[in-house]
Amino acid sequence: MASANGDKVEFGFNTVPMTKQKKDWIHLSLRVVAFLATASATIVMATNKQTKSFAVATIGTTPIRATLTAKFSHTPAFVFFVVANGNASLHNLVMITMDILGTKLDCKGLRLALIAILDLMVVTLASAGDGAATFMSELGKNGNSHARWNKICDKFEPYCNRGGIALITSFIGNILLLIITVMSIIKLLKLNRINHVAP
Amino acid sequence: MAKARRICHLLFRFLAFSATLASVIVMTTSHERTSFLTLSIEAKYTISPAFKYFVIAYSIVTVYGFLVLFLPRESLLWRLVVALDLVFTMLLISSISAALAIAYVGKKGNNHAGWLPICDQVSKFCDRVTGALAAGFAAVIIYIVLLLHSIHTVLDPLLLRKP
Repeated sequence: MASANGDKVEFGFNTVPMTKQKKDWIHLSLRVVAFLATASATIVMATNKQTKSFAVATIGTTPIRATLTAKFSHTPAFVFFVVANGNASLHNLVMITMDILGTKLDCKGLRLALIAILDLMVVTLASAGDGAATFMSELGKNGNSHARWNKICDKFEPYCNRGGIALITSFIGNILLLIITVMSIIKLLKLNRINHVAP
Repeated sequence: MAKARRICHLLFRFLAFSATLASVIVMTTSHERTSFLTLSIEAKYTISPAFKYFVIAYSIVTVYGFLVLFLPRESLLWRLVVALDLVFTMLLISSISAALAIAYVGKKGNNHAGWLPICDQVSKFCDRVTGALAAGFAAVIIYIVLLLHSIHTVLDPLLLRKP
């Protein structure tokens, strides 16, 4: 990108120095809330466990009891949910840290583009985890008469309730992540108006 | 050069449109009826809400993909295309994730919940659902690439264009 008379040319990446920009408190506070939402969804689902003993048969007067456990790791969809939300909360944590502590880091001018792209990736991952877990919970709650799969929520009600809470918090985190992504992309748009490639 | 880029872009969008269309068609035409012992199972995509969500989401994106193919080059609507690409990619990936979760239970069962796999009885239905999900995955990957490309073209985050 050298000009015709051999002058040194600068790329126009982020030529506004980062220290002069006002801190975006709305963006930061949305990220904090999204981090709390996704982290709590991860933790609630990961500690979701219920053990219950049933009487399966009766010999004479003594019932035979079998103990059944419901854990989140029995279902691959919930494992994916935990992993995706863990990823999303880690991403939010890193972004918050970068915003508070590392405002001078410019990554060769690519900082805003990198933040936008990473936000995009994380929001898609989080929505995938949400989708899978929603329909697995629906299957557990209603069963499927055509495939002869019985519902399990009537027997393991606290397990189902906790899973539902984790899902709701994850949805809130997902919506907030979408808003954050849109804001990050809008920041890119604003930047284009200010900086030009120096000829 | 610009014309070649435009043709390449249109080709990619057409590929995404055809992948979503293929997965919708394969999923809706998967229909099998078997009977064993005294029970008869009829397997269609409507047996599971996840498959219904999959079909609905992919048909919406098929219509969107078809409309974007006809957008003229210098239109102001390309910014809307960036936003809609993001929203529709999220929709696609959420629906395919849901359908995959249910299809996994159908194929492998779930010992802990006492759910038996149904793929042994309705193997043709299972194969068609697998095909629809594979086409759906290809569509998701192409849409993610298209999303990144839209942002690069319309918003120019790396500031590579002269004003």
